[in-house]
Amino acid sequence: MGAGHTHALYVHEHSAIHRMAPQTKLVAALGMVASIAVTPREAIWAFAVYAVLIGSIAALSRIGPGFLAARLLAVAPFVLFAFLIPFIATGETVEIGFVEVSVPGLWGAWNILIKAVLGASVSIVLTATTEVAEIIRGLGVLRAPALFTSIAVFMIRYLELITDELGRMRTAMTARGYDPRWIAQARPIATSAGALFVRSYERGERIHAAMLARGFTGEMPTFDRPAIARSQWVVVLVVIMVFVAVATVALLVT
Amino acid sequence: MSARIQISGLGFAYPDGKKALEGVDLELEAGERVAILGPNGAGKTTLALHFNGILVPHAGSITVGDLPVVEENYAEIRRMVGLVFQDPNDQLFMPSVREDVAFGPANLGFVGDDLERKVDAALDIVAGKEFAHRPPHHLSGGEKRRASLATVLAMSPDVLVLDEPSSGLDPAGRRELIVTLSGLPMTLVVITHDLPLALELCPRSVIMNHGRVVADGATQALLGDVEMLADNRLEPPYNFVRVEDPPRS
Repeated sequence: MGAGHTHALYVHEHSAIHRMAPQTKLVAALGMVASIAVTPREAIWAFAVYAVLIGSIAALSRIGPGFLAARLLAVAPFVLFAFLIPFIATGETVEIGFVEVSVPGLWGAWNILIKAVLGASVSIVLTATTEVAEIIRGLGVLRAPALFTSIAVFMIRYLELITDELGRMRTAMTARGYDPRWIAQARPIATSAGALFVRSYERGERIHAAMLARGFTGEMPTFDRPAIARSQWVVVLVVIMVFVAVATVALLVT
Repeated sequence: MSARIQISGLGFAYPDGKKALEGVDLELEAGERVAILGPNGAGKTTLALHFNGILVPHAGSITVGDLPVVEENYAEIRRMVGLVFQDPNDQLFMPSVREDVAFGPANLGFVGDDLERKVDAALDIVAGKEFAHRPPHHLSGGEKRRASLATVLAMSPDVLVLDEPSSGLDPAGRRELIVTLSGLPMTLVVITHDLPLALELCPRSVIMNHGRVVADGATQALLGDVEMLADNRLEPPYNFVRVEDPPRS
């Protein structure tokens, strides 16, 4: 897609995964995450299989392990909480080194850790291979409510603009000696938040006028999307079936 | 292809009570090119927003072609009158330029190949094929202007109203805009502070101040009346006037 990209999560590459239609990738991601979520925590082998599969898809998308690891840092705050569980949970305990930790707590921590990491990896691969605008189009194709997709479209389109506006306001304040390190100077921040709200509201009105001027009657027009090859859905089906099969076996044997 | 516009006794006040238009009378012939000049706050943009019913007049009336601008005619009027807003960021709201250009004709009911043809034709006029797939916030100022123009041209308007079309453009971008606009057949209304642009594009100019029309005539004659311009907070460019009349030392 042209020169510019809409968001920072996207990795510009030309892999087979990048070329897939967004709706197929969304369905595949949903199937994968659902399978991971229902897999019992004791089936460690199943999580190993998932990790290998997701790793292969990432490799196919030309996403390096370093990139994946860096993006996974986003789940760190949730995972940190998981590390507390073995120390605060009750029940049977086991000694690791000099500390005594709860066994159910360890399983709980493992459950959160592995599912968070694998689930996040799936969405990292999805967002790295699909632009946000495309993801929303995919949601539209999958019959997500039009109101939701329109709001998302506008949010993405104007988020950058509003951030720019905030940046300009901050620059203007700094240029006139504002130094936000002191609590006494919190007032301008609050004022600028209000100003930003008013500016955004007024912009919303102007955009609405521009839409009306081009015949908008309250419903966003839908555009024909190019038909996608059946083979894409076959690939998605195979991937989901593999994940569901692993989850099913894991559920049966544990 | 082009339509005439008749405005009589148009009056409008904003909710805060500020009177923006007071008794504006104006007639534009089909295919005519008219510049609307005037200081900030003169009511130029407010007038433009009346051309297709975005603002509803408190007094007087406006007719485009044979249609009065009233609610039951809005759909057709908005097809006939293309409004290019001052800030392209207000005009370009879709994820890509191509979808934005398709927004208007899609609202008019065009689908499939017909829609594609409309979009391609509009993008061709502004030489915008190369940025058609880019998101609007990745375009340069000049590209945004051209994209904004294409979004309106895609609706095949009979009247084109441009609000400050040259503001923020570099000289080359401004030149491209003038070339593009001068090749268009429709009635053209250009709201601007850019007096050379008005002179080049529009044989006729209307000067507004305090919500009224204060002068209406040939652009060249109006721009030569330095006192009248000064009375209305306008100023001809330095090298614009009295070239035949060298400064006395």
